[in-house]
Amino acid sequence: MNRNASAPSASVAAGAAARPSGWRLAVPLSLVLLLAVLAALPSFAPYFYIFVVTEILIMGLFAASFNLIFGYTGMLSFGHAAFFGMGAYTTAMLLLHVELPLVWALLASMATAALLALVIGFLSVRLSEVYFAMLTLAFGMMVYAVAHQWRSLTNGSDGITGFLLRDFGLGLDLQLADPAVYYRVVLAVVAIAAAVLYLITRSSFGLMLRAISENPERVAFCGIDVRRHRLAAFVIAGLFAGLAGALFAPFNRVASPDMLHWSQSAEPVLMTILGGAGYFLGPFFGAAMFVLLETWITSYTEHWMLFLGIALALLVMFFRRGVLGTLLDRMLRR
Amino acid sequence: MLQVEDIHTYYDESHALQGVSLEVRTGEVVCLLGRNGAGKSTTLKSIMGLTPPRRGRIRFDGEEIQGRPPHWIARRGIALVPEDRRIFAGLTVRENLEVAMPPRPVGERRWPIERIFDEYPMLAELRDQDGGTLSGGQQQVLAIARALATEPRLLLLDEPNEGLAPVIVQQIGALVDRLAETTTILFTDQSLSFALRHASRGYILQKGRVVYEGSTEIIRSDPGVQERFLSVA
Repeated sequence: MNRNASAPSASVAAGAAARPSGWRLAVPLSLVLLLAVLAALPSFAPYFYIFVVTEILIMGLFAASFNLIFGYTGMLSFGHAAFFGMGAYTTAMLLLHVELPLVWALLASMATAALLALVIGFLSVRLSEVYFAMLTLAFGMMVYAVAHQWRSLTNGSDGITGFLLRDFGLGLDLQLADPAVYYRVVLAVVAIAAAVLYLITRSSFGLMLRAISENPERVAFCGIDVRRHRLAAFVIAGLFAGLAGALFAPFNRVASPDMLHWSQSAEPVLMTILGGAGYFLGPFFGAAMFVLLETWITSYTEHWMLFLGIALALLVMFFRRGVLGTLLDRMLRR
Repeated sequence: MLQVEDIHTYYDESHALQGVSLEVRTGEVVCLLGRNGAGKSTTLKSIMGLTPPRRGRIRFDGEEIQGRPPHWIARRGIALVPEDRRIFAGLTVRENLEVAMPPRPVGERRWPIERIFDEYPMLAELRDQDGGTLSGGQQQVLAIARALATEPRLLLLDEPNEGLAPVIVQQIGALVDRLAETTTILFTDQSLSFALRHASRGYILQKGRVVYEGSTEIIRSDPGVQERFLSVA
């Protein structure tokens, strides 16, 4: 109400959301600045921080892909690690057995993860709420069990190791084994992927998803096939989770069943709620807080899980819409 | 255009519609009257596929539509404006309309967004405001406009006046009259006055059955009917 009450004519003229005009420039400018700082990071930061930020970027993409179905479509999945792990295993195996350039392994990982998401999603999206959550959890555990048991293919609990990082492909001469180079590759890939995800959320398809998250029944009698839209969102989310996993395996030099475990599925849930599901960058912000807290607390105590849990509980209790979400809400006075 | 033949709809084990039959012909405005709980909303929801009837047939332009999912029925050209209006509170007015627009070229649309804004200048002014911030009357207009955005040939309005101030009821009435020039309409109401003014034919429901049908003239001139079947208003 307050946004338009003072200037109704301005809202008619403007096609975009009615926000104070200064903000419209502030957001892209600060993003450009942030990207510039991140790109320059290896020139002044020690390797330790490069590793930390690499992990934040990958987990941020993982959480953002999860938020496409959680925040935007209103489906709480507890099996998102299945696609992350699928991507990790695909890339690790391709690098080990076929020795492909990384870019092709990344693309293949997106394809396999999307395919897995199509199968799991086809069986899951017809259910809603807690049944959907339980079913995705069950499928996630099944994928974990397969990776754990099928030793001849996956090497069981040891995972896939011993693959080498050669070239990136596309004629780029990149020394991927150098953490600074790999970090920049991750930064570029995550930035592109995030941009694509963002465009999806702003498209008419993204609008349908937001409407579905508000109330699926209303959407149905607008003539929209809710199940098909949910499935499409699920597959796209799986595809980007696969990409995140595909970046994670070379970073850790291993693809292991841990990456498929349900606790891995819980991480994007926590990160998204921590950062704020209502804003596109919320999951990235949440991933940063999660990884930094984890890194910081483990440097003091072995019982980091306990303290991380306390910190997370407090943050969730006092920042209901996530830390980034609550701060932005306050600044924009929504 | 629409033939409903002896439909039976249940909510779990409660037998909400016990053999409702009705017909709406192209170009008509038909009202469905009855007290609370008589089955008016259930009839509209059954047509829309939200509460599929267990028995009976519903034909739209000769094609059987019972048992089809709501989105399929919506695409055939039936739009429902539900009782509680059900706009998307978190989407802007413009987004509320865009969600409902079928994916077809702008030139082939009867109700492109510009025409909706021309018809309802109030919505044009509110276009960037969240649906949840609109008043009850504004939400009702938005809900009707959103139904139009789906390009319906048959518009189902469930209690379009419920909870609205008399001035706004008048505006909604004018809107219904204007729509009736181009669209076939079936609406429900609890009170007679609005129905008699804007519909040409009516059905009266009681306990899930059609107990009376006829032109609104006859209902108007027969106080016995009003007394027996309707809440006096």
